[in-house]
Amino acid sequence: MSDKPHLDEEALAELQDVMEDEFEVLIQTYLADSRDRIRSLREALEENDSDAFTKTAHSFKGSCINIGAPRLGELSLNAEKAGKDSRLKEAPALLDAIDAEFHQVAERLQGLLVR
Amino acid sequence: MDDAVAEQSPLRILIADDSDSDRLILKTLLKRLGHEVLDASNGLDAVSLFQQEMPDLVLLDALMPVMDGMEAARQIKSLAGERLVPLIFLTSLSEAGALARCLEAGGDDFLGKPYNRTIIEAKINAFNRMRLMHQTLSDQRDLIRERNRQLTEEQEIAKRVFDNVAHSGCLDASNIRYHASPQSIFNGDVLFASPRPAGGMLIFMGDFTGHGLPAAIGAMPVAEIFYGMASKGFNGQDVLREINQKLTRILPTGMFCCGAMIEADFKLNQVQVWNGGLPDGWLIRSSGDRQALPSQHLPLGILAPDQFNAEFERLGAGPGDRLMMMTDGFLESADRAGNVFGEQGVIDALAHLDHSEHPFDTMMSAVHRFTGGFKDGDDLTLCCLEMSAQAGFSPLPDRTAPSALAGPAEWRCSYEIREQTLGEFSPLPLLLHICMEVPGLRRRSGEIYTLLAELYNNALEHGVLELPSEWKHSPEGFGRYYLERKRRLGYVEGHYIRFTLHHSLKPDGGRLRVVCEDSGRGFDFRNHPSATSGAPPEGSKRYAGRGLQLLKRLSESVRFHEQGNHVEIVYDWHFSGAAVNQGDVAR
Repeated sequence: MSDKPHLDEEALAELQDVMEDEFEVLIQTYLADSRDRIRSLREALEENDSDAFTKTAHSFKGSCINIGAPRLGELSLNAEKAGKDSRLKEAPALLDAIDAEFHQVAERLQGLLVR
Repeated sequence: MDDAVAEQSPLRILIADDSDSDRLILKTLLKRLGHEVLDASNGLDAVSLFQQEMPDLVLLDALMPVMDGMEAARQIKSLAGERLVPLIFLTSLSEAGALARCLEAGGDDFLGKPYNRTIIEAKINAFNRMRLMHQTLSDQRDLIRERNRQLTEEQEIAKRVFDNVAHSGCLDASNIRYHASPQSIFNGDVLFASPRPAGGMLIFMGDFTGHGLPAAIGAMPVAEIFYGMASKGFNGQDVLREINQKLTRILPTGMFCCGAMIEADFKLNQVQVWNGGLPDGWLIRSSGDRQALPSQHLPLGILAPDQFNAEFERLGAGPGDRLMMMTDGFLESADRAGNVFGEQGVIDALAHLDHSEHPFDTMMSAVHRFTGGFKDGDDLTLCCLEMSAQAGFSPLPDRTAPSALAGPAEWRCSYEIREQTLGEFSPLPLLLHICMEVPGLRRRSGEIYTLLAELYNNALEHGVLELPSEWKHSPEGFGRYYLERKRRLGYVEGHYIRFTLHHSLKPDGGRLRVVCEDSGRGFDFRNHPSATSGAPPEGSKRYAGRGLQLLKRLSESVRFHEQGNHVEIVYDWHFSGAAVNQGDVAR
C-alpha cells in the first residue's frame, strides 16, 4: 500500500531538539488533535459533506507531515484527493486505513516518550 | 547568524494555524530564535490580534475555519496601510493556482510543511531586511515631504516680504508691456519701474546668478535702492552706481546681477540705456527701423565703485518708438528636444514684425510657438516700453507713512556747486529732499522737482555751457548737442550754479521762493519773446519756450534779474489743494 515509514526518525529527532521539555506536550497535543480530526472525518462522511471531508483531511495531512508521520500524511492526502473529486465511496476504506495507521503511530510515539 | 544589529532585535510575530500541534511547533521555534510570538487558531482571531498588537511579521495558514487565511491576509494588508508587514503563508498546498491565490490575497511568500528550521529563520531574516529598508525609505520620504513643506512655506513667507519691498511699481502703466513669472524672484529675475518726480520713467531689469532664495535675497536691496532713489528724483546713473556699490559689497564672489537700466524722458523725446550683461535690447522705431542695444558693461556687483562705468547710451526716441529688454531666460527657452530659442530666434521674430501687432506680442508668441508649450514662461522676463506723449500712469502710491512731525516752516538755505562738480553731480535730489521736509510741499514733489530741474538744466546747459537748444531739434544735432555738452563740461573752471531756497508760512499755506543764479553770460530777457509775450522763441540761447511756459504755469511768478543769469520763482501752496500733484503727468 505505501512504502513510507510509520515515523520519520530524523524529523522527530529535530523536533525533540527544538521542543526540549515541551516535546511530550507536543506529542500529546498532536494525538488529541488527531483523534478530533479522525472523528470529524467520520462525521463529514456520515453527512456526505465532501467539502468538510476535504478540508479536514488537508489539515490533518499538514500536521502529520510536521510531526513526522509520513505514512499517515500520505493516507490523509489520499482522503483529501478523494474528497476533492467527490469520490466518497472510497472514503470508508480510506478511513479504516487511517484509523489503523493512527494506532500504529500513536503506539510508536508513546514508545518514544517512555524512552 | 551574523546579521546587522537591527536584524537581530526581536520581532513581534503573529502566527495563525488551526492545527494545535503545528502552532505549538512554530511558536516554540520562533521563540527559540528570540522573537515574541502572538498566536491565533483562526483568521478572525488573527485579524483582531493584528489590530491590537501591530506585529512586525505575520505567518498564516491558508486553510482555517471561521475565516480562512486568504481573507485574513486581505484584511491584515489593508489594516497595515503604508507599513510593510511581510505576510508568509504556511501551507501544504501544492497546486499552482492555490499558491497564486495566496499571493493575490496579499501574501509575500510561502513556507511549506514540514517546517524547516533553517529555512524559516532565513526567510524571517530576509523579510525583516526588506521591512527595515521599507521603513527607512518611508521615514526618509516623510522627512523629505516635511522639509519640502517647510521650504515651500518659507518661500511663501519670503515672497510676501519680497512683494512688499520689490513691488512692481508702475509696471502696469499703459505704455509698458511685460511678462514675468509670479515666482520669477526665485529664478533671480527682477523687473522694477518707477515714474520720475518730474515725469519720465526709470525701469530696471535684473537677472541674478543662481536660483532660489540666494538669488532672491540680492533683489531686496536692489528694490529698496531703486524705488527709494527713483522717487527722490535721482537719475538712472546715480541709482545704478548705488546698486552696483551695494551689490559689490554684499554679494559673495561669483554671484552678480546682469542688469539693464532704462531712463525715458517723454518730454525731451529721449531714452537712455545702460546694459550690463543682459542680452541685446532693441529700440524698435515706429517707422519699423530697429537698433540693437548690446551689453557694453560688466554685470552689477563685480566692479569696485571707482572702476564702475555708469555711462548711458543716449538715444532720441519719439512717440510710438519702443524699447525692448529681456533676460537670458528668454533666449534659453527650450523646446522638448532641448533646442534653445537663442539670439537667432529673437532676430528672426524681429525680422517678421508686423505693423498691426505689438512687438511684445510678436516676441511672446514666437517663443511660445518655438517651445510648443514645453515649460512655458517658467523663467523668462520680457519688457517693452513705449515712448508716449501721454504716458497715462498714475504716481506710485505713497508707501511711506506720513511724518507726525510738523516740519520746518520758516527757513532759508543756499547751495552752490562749482567747477568740475557741475559735470559730476546733480544737486536736484538733495534740494528736493530739503523741500520735502515741509509737510505741505510733500504731496507736490512732482511740481517742485520739475521747477528745480528746469532751473538747473537751463542754468547748466544754456547758462554755463551756452549750448543752443535748437540743436536738439534734428537727429544729427541731437548727437552733436550731447557730445558738445560732454566736451564743454571739461572747461567749467570758475563756473558755479547757486540755489537759494526760502520758505515761509502764509495764512492758508506757504510760499517757497527759489533763486537760481549761474556764472554764465546770461541773455537779453527784456527782448526775449517768450519772456515777455509767451510766444515761441526764435533762435534764443536760453529758455526754449516750452521750459519757460512750464515755469510760468507751475508758479506764481517768474522774474529775471541782472543780465538774465539770475532767475527768481515764487511757488505758493495751500492747505486745501495739497492733494493735487499735476507735475507727475507729462504733457
